[in-house]
Amino acid sequence: MAEAVLQVRGLVKHFPLTRGIVFKKQIGAVRAVDGVDFDLFQGETLGIVGESGCGKSTVAKLLMRLEEPTAGRILFKGEDITRLSGKALKAVRRNIQMVFQDPYTSLNPRMTVGDIIGEPFEIHPEAAPKGDRRRKVQDLLDVVGLNPEYINRYPHQFSGGQRQRIGIARGLALNPEIIICDEPVSALDVSVQAQVINLMTRLQKEFDLSYIFIAHDLSIVRHISDRVGVMYLGRIVELGNEEQIYEHPTHPYTQALLSAVPVPDPEARERRERIILAGDVPSPANIPSGCRFRTRCWKAQDKCVTEVPPLAVPPALREVGGPAAHESACHFAAERDCAPAGG
Amino acid sequence: MPEQLEQPNGRTSADAVGNAGAGGAMEFAATEAASIGQATAPSARARSLWSDAWHDLRRNPIFIVSALLILFLVLIAIWPQLIASGNPLACDINKSQLGPAPGHPFGFDTQGCDVYTRTVYGARASVTVGVCATAGAALLGSILGGFAGFFGGWWDALLSRVSDIFFGIPIILGGLVFLSVVTNTTVWPVVGFIVLLGWPQIARIARGAVITAKQNDYVQAARALGAGPARMLLRHIAPNAIAPVIVVATIALGTYISLEATLSFLGVGLKPPTVSWGIDISSASTQIRDAPHMLLWPAAALSVTVLAFIMLGDAVRDALDPKLR
Repeated sequence: MAEAVLQVRGLVKHFPLTRGIVFKKQIGAVRAVDGVDFDLFQGETLGIVGESGCGKSTVAKLLMRLEEPTAGRILFKGEDITRLSGKALKAVRRNIQMVFQDPYTSLNPRMTVGDIIGEPFEIHPEAAPKGDRRRKVQDLLDVVGLNPEYINRYPHQFSGGQRQRIGIARGLALNPEIIICDEPVSALDVSVQAQVINLMTRLQKEFDLSYIFIAHDLSIVRHISDRVGVMYLGRIVELGNEEQIYEHPTHPYTQALLSAVPVPDPEARERRERIILAGDVPSPANIPSGCRFRTRCWKAQDKCVTEVPPLAVPPALREVGGPAAHESACHFAAERDCAPAGG
Repeated sequence: MPEQLEQPNGRTSADAVGNAGAGGAMEFAATEAASIGQATAPSARARSLWSDAWHDLRRNPIFIVSALLILFLVLIAIWPQLIASGNPLACDINKSQLGPAPGHPFGFDTQGCDVYTRTVYGARASVTVGVCATAGAALLGSILGGFAGFFGGWWDALLSRVSDIFFGIPIILGGLVFLSVVTNTTVWPVVGFIVLLGWPQIARIARGAVITAKQNDYVQAARALGAGPARMLLRHIAPNAIAPVIVVATIALGTYISLEATLSFLGVGLKPPTVSWGIDISSASTQIRDAPHMLLWPAAALSVTVLAFIMLGDAVRDALDPKLR
């Protein structure tokens, strides 16, 4: 495989919980992201899935340096960007861009489309000579499938899907190598979702982009991703390629998640076995000891309370080999006969 | 003029085509339209919020009427002799409270002064107090409140507590204490006092508006592009937070002119021989049954002034909102 453009090592973000108005005392922390490791390779799409509140969006914000990580390192092509600031950070920002979830709040309603897509050039004047910018903005509109004549319009004159295209055009303006997509289609109609996904796939090939694609929709992630990471309570619990995760999941949480995907065939739906998890997701301010999934896991034993399972290929599965041998943070990782996921 | 060639709302024909297909239909039409748009070179120049707003305002009758009124007020505030030949301080006690007479269309006040001349000359003090106090309070309030909302933290806490202190001062009592020690007879101590007590109101509004605007993803998007705090504030937050400030400031303008009247009535605001609507209104208000004309004219002038500024504020606010176009 190609070289890793982005390496994330032990990424942690804790939001302190304080009490008191004048004399603030820290009484705990919300451990939104609690030790995330992954690599992103040139030209690939890494999907990150998980429930609401598992820390997906915080990972995106940390990678964009919109939030300061509590610990851990983010390496862009081997350079640690976690502590960069000022000019050096600004230079790195040219290479990592973001597409936001909500196309209705991610575009300034009081700027024309031309100003919105042209802003990257104003912030990084070296990216395009001044006289050239308007033409570049129109080229970008054309690339994302919008009429270049729309340059003087305002965001409210567009539909949700068109707005998301504008957001993608803004992300593309600086020719980045990595685009972080934080649920880019979850606010759109299903018919429009497919168009935007197809656009993103086309752009990836055209510009050799690497995507980190964050979503809660398992079937969309399966469609677009080369590799998928499953997050639970601030950690990646299972990481593998599309076939490994969707056809041969070994972590109980992934298995439960996949068993909840609706199956379009009524007969298959009758036969399949759904795993209903007991209880709620624990609060990220009070994460269980050992394995964080043990409170809801049907396989949990004493070992799970005391030992944190590492995210690695489980030794038992490595011997067997095959698609089940991929990184899974479970002491008792094993394939299970569960109904194939839809999508 | 190239503008005349466009449609009345200033949009090009391509926009009209796009508007025909609504919602999801546009989505499908977009790719197709893109190839057509490729061929036709872009005709219109680049537009921004401010040029679009100005384009709109020039065609808004409410803006034109209110702007002309304000222009007229400013002119007579500077040169009252343009429309009033008399002397506002030349009074004849024999004519006390008499009604309209030839050459004196608005009648006379208690001192026998010409109400018309005094109303015209009063514009200077009232408009100065109203405009300067509003400008000062709006500027100070929106800068301090805007920074508090944007940066948060201890600066926000400090500023909120300081504005609480100013909110706690009763305005009349504050005026009596503060202005009674001032011997200066110009309008400036009054303007200063109103700014001092008026800014916290604007600061609170600005702070809230900035906090609301700051949370939007487009501010995060700008930061992700590498924008500094100045660009985020001026380009993204300020245009989206200014509307409530404009509304409150234009309403406050009327309040400030009447506050000047109240302070003058209590003897701590403007002092005779300064001529102001406030002084005339407060002295006439006790005589409303015997000589209503004394109250009517300065009060009407005050109302029209306040109305003009509120209409102007409304028109500017609407022009700065692209959704209303």
